[in-house]
Amino acid sequence: MSELSRDGLDDQQAEGDQHDIAPGDEQLDGSGVLEGVRGYLIGLALAMGLTLCSFILPATGLIYGPAIPVALIVFAIAQMGVHLVFFIHITTGPDNTNNVLALAFGVLIVLLVIGGSLWIMANLNHNMTPMNQVMSMQR
Amino acid sequence: MSVAHPVAHAHDPYRLGHGGGHGSEAQGHGEGGPPSKRIIVGYGFWIFLLSDIIMFSAFFASYAVLAGATAGGPGGKQLFDIGNVGIETGFLLVSSFTCGVASIGAAARKFWLFQIGMAVTFVLGACFLGLEIKEFAGLAAQGDGPQRSAFLSAFFSLVGCHGLHVTAGLMWLLTMMAQVLAKGFRADIMRRILCFSLFWHALDIIWVAVFTVVYLLGVVR
Amino acid sequence: MLLGKLTLAALPLDQPIPMIASCVVALVGASVVALVFIKGWAPYLWKEWITSVDHKRIGVMYTILALVMLLRGFSDAIMMRSQQALALHSGGYLPPEHYDQVFSAHGTIMIFFVAMPFIIGLMNFVVPLQLGVRDVAFPTLNSVGFWLTATGALLVNMSLVLGEFQRTGWLPYPPLSELRYSPGVGVDYWLWALTISGVGTLVSGINLVTTILKVRAPGMSYLRMPMFCWTSLASNLLIVAAFPILTATSAMLLLDRYLGFHFFTNEGGGNVMMFMNLIWAWGHPEVYILILPAFGIFSEVISTFSGKPLFGYRSMVMATMAICLLAFMVWLHHFFTMGAGADVNAFFGITTMIIAVPTGVKVFNWLFTLYGGTVRFTTPILWSIGFMVTFIIGGMTGVLLAVPPADFVLHNSLFLVAHFHNVIIGGTLFGLFAGYTFWFPKAFGFKLHEGLGKAAFWCWFVGFYLAFMPLYVLGFMGMTRRMQSYDVPEWRPWLLLAAAGAAVIFVGIVLQIVQLVVSIRNREFLRDGTGDPWDGRSLEWATASPPPVFNFAVLPDVSGEEAYWSIKERARASHRLSDEPDYQDIEMPKNNPTGVICAFFATVMGFALIWHIWWMAILGLVGAFATFVVFAWQDITEEEIPAEEVARLDRANRASRRARLAELEAATVQR
Repeated sequence: MSELSRDGLDDQQAEGDQHDIAPGDEQLDGSGVLEGVRGYLIGLALAMGLTLCSFILPATGLIYGPAIPVALIVFAIAQMGVHLVFFIHITTGPDNTNNVLALAFGVLIVLLVIGGSLWIMANLNHNMTPMNQVMSMQR
Repeated sequence: MSVAHPVAHAHDPYRLGHGGGHGSEAQGHGEGGPPSKRIIVGYGFWIFLLSDIIMFSAFFASYAVLAGATAGGPGGKQLFDIGNVGIETGFLLVSSFTCGVASIGAAARKFWLFQIGMAVTFVLGACFLGLEIKEFAGLAAQGDGPQRSAFLSAFFSLVGCHGLHVTAGLMWLLTMMAQVLAKGFRADIMRRILCFSLFWHALDIIWVAVFTVVYLLGVVR
Repeated sequence: MLLGKLTLAALPLDQPIPMIASCVVALVGASVVALVFIKGWAPYLWKEWITSVDHKRIGVMYTILALVMLLRGFSDAIMMRSQQALALHSGGYLPPEHYDQVFSAHGTIMIFFVAMPFIIGLMNFVVPLQLGVRDVAFPTLNSVGFWLTATGALLVNMSLVLGEFQRTGWLPYPPLSELRYSPGVGVDYWLWALTISGVGTLVSGINLVTTILKVRAPGMSYLRMPMFCWTSLASNLLIVAAFPILTATSAMLLLDRYLGFHFFTNEGGGNVMMFMNLIWAWGHPEVYILILPAFGIFSEVISTFSGKPLFGYRSMVMATMAICLLAFMVWLHHFFTMGAGADVNAFFGITTMIIAVPTGVKVFNWLFTLYGGTVRFTTPILWSIGFMVTFIIGGMTGVLLAVPPADFVLHNSLFLVAHFHNVIIGGTLFGLFAGYTFWFPKAFGFKLHEGLGKAAFWCWFVGFYLAFMPLYVLGFMGMTRRMQSYDVPEWRPWLLLAAAGAAVIFVGIVLQIVQLVVSIRNREFLRDGTGDPWDGRSLEWATASPPPVFNFAVLPDVSGEEAYWSIKERARASHRLSDEPDYQDIEMPKNNPTGVICAFFATVMGFALIWHIWWMAILGLVGAFATFVVFAWQDITEEEIPAEEVARLDRANRASRRARLAELEAATVQR
């Protein structure tokens, strides 16, 4: 490392840093390397477990057939939660308020776009004149 | 005054709790002036990721709408190889873990921990990409390319968009390894590492949605 | 093929009107460039403007881009009005394929390259000043965003000279926009221009959201932010949420056109309605992206010139954020008639009508702010009052259109055209002109000529009613939009009236140009020394005009709503300015050409992709990536402004403010 790079080794702490943290920031106090890795390991184990559930459970017949899509979606949402908590370190703490609010806004928009599109398009398809009828009208 | 309420003053230097009635502990977020650059950059990138996820939601929406539009061609049940997807998922999941290890290495200023973590992440990401390209090439070779039907157009676009993001992530990853090698853990480089790890974890979250909605639900359907 | 689809046939040699127009544009452009080089201004422009990362300069450049493109978009409008005035029982003077390009270009340019850059320019300029900080969160990205927007504008204008523009209307609805029915480059021009400038808009949206949520002066809590900051926040949140959908939708149409995908085609199971659905999931929030900042400008202007705090500040904040969320729940009302059932239409009709509630709250708040105030009738307040009258009419026709059965009668007619011009001109554009007049002295240190400004306002106001009220009538008479010629003699008088209205608006625009020229020539007379020409209430007036590059010598300490008003109150009560602060060195980001170089490569890439020149497209992509890596490799990105320099600039401003305070006190004593 050159001398130059030592200068700006750390971001200066600012007055506004109270109660505020960047999303995904590592919070290592002292020699917390193992501590940090342990957090990621827990996350990895949970995520792996949920992934395996998603891939294997539907094939075992343990889940009532028609409920399989719902179960898959539940597993997926749970796994996204695991990723957010253990990999991106999103918490409910006051220093994370802004990050969580932004996330909530994003999730709301995603739900509106996907849900709205599915509802609208299903409705449009339902109301469309069936193809064979169109043919008979043209005849 | 300040003698009378030393504690209150320390907690409320701008008297937010008094008079104006702005009430509550409107936490941080500007009350004490702009925060450090790391928080600003991290937050800005967070907003970008949300916009990126909204872009994916448009592709997800069109996939969901067009999933049945096979135009007489094969559907997901006939085309998808779930075993292959499982391996891809494993690669990406472990790469998220190694990416986390690398960012711990950066936070602790451990050069080799960072570089090895990043290198392993790269290899895993490249393996994922390789499997995906193999899958795409196989489909195209048997005549089930994106031009075959609206369903396949939507499938290739959604999964391909994720793949393009992974490709961009890999290029970024190499740039970050080179930058740390050349310039060390400087503050601006640390900020970029923060953004990169956010990006990589977000891609993994999107992949969870992809393998559930596209592959697993596609086979169940 | 080395040049892809590009041949000499792309030049419009056989069509006199586009040929003359493009020659004039090329001539004007060339003479401006020649002037810049002959006068030796090029180095100054490069160092101080083109590579600038100063949010104020970027804001000014956005505004200039918008004003130039306004002239282009307005000349399209004049052509349409005159064509329809002439085209009874005849073809008029514009052949159909040209007329179709004119109305498509008019819509695209007015929305994307006039309203958007104008609004983003004002937000860029004003928001950091109102928040009491030195810059936006990401200065270099800000410059990238501007130059990408300029790239989009350049590509759209290029279509005038090379090839053609799309003929599908301002939104490329498939299947008409698919390769089979639009084999030319017109749709590709639209798609690439909008994709590139859309990235620029997204970048500036992220930048401003982060700025407003994270970068504020000490003590500037959320509920102390000026109204314009709140509406900018809402607008930029909508940009961040909506523009990715536009990008994705354009990408799908591009894949259809370039690689034979089947998203929106008639064959292969494609579904054209998915395009309508997605484009309006972007398009409706876009409407609020355009109008919300204008609401903020009116709030600032009305409260300043009434000499009163904004009435119902908190209800205004609530209304703004309510509109921000509701904006994402109404998009189907753009295609009520395209086959949705009664339940879906009813849901989206009702959500649309609900938006009228927070908007009504706002109108009453403005009225109550004016009520009992000592209103100064300057140009900005004229625009504001003109807006209130006009926008209420536009809003009510909007609620009318939100009723699905009524929409079945009125959709695709000139009634709709009248409605959206009513809200975009009467709302957004009037707001932008109010903001332009209001903040011009802040940007340049002298006011605009009042008399000419008022004359321009009256021309726009009267011209607007003359031009668009007839269109409501024509809508009821059954005239559909986008007609190149018609055979109904009863329509003729109304179309002649509308053309006359356009002519009056034209006079208004000429007056605005004259106002600018006259004001620049008389700038010493119109000079504002204090930095507070209107007796303002928010922090942008607390610094000099034009503000120094660092905006504030020390970050202001905010202790309540209307931050600057309370500072002035304190000065008046204690008969002196606050104590001179302790000046320190200030670090500011250094100017750099990343933005403009990036945009250069983006232009190359966009042009190459439109004309299928693949090698050039790859060159552009690689160049843009290389620019970013080079930027990332920089070591020194900031420069320091020494404390003495800061002190010198700030003392000069303090002296003029002290003089103004003394003047005010002398006036009070005399009274």
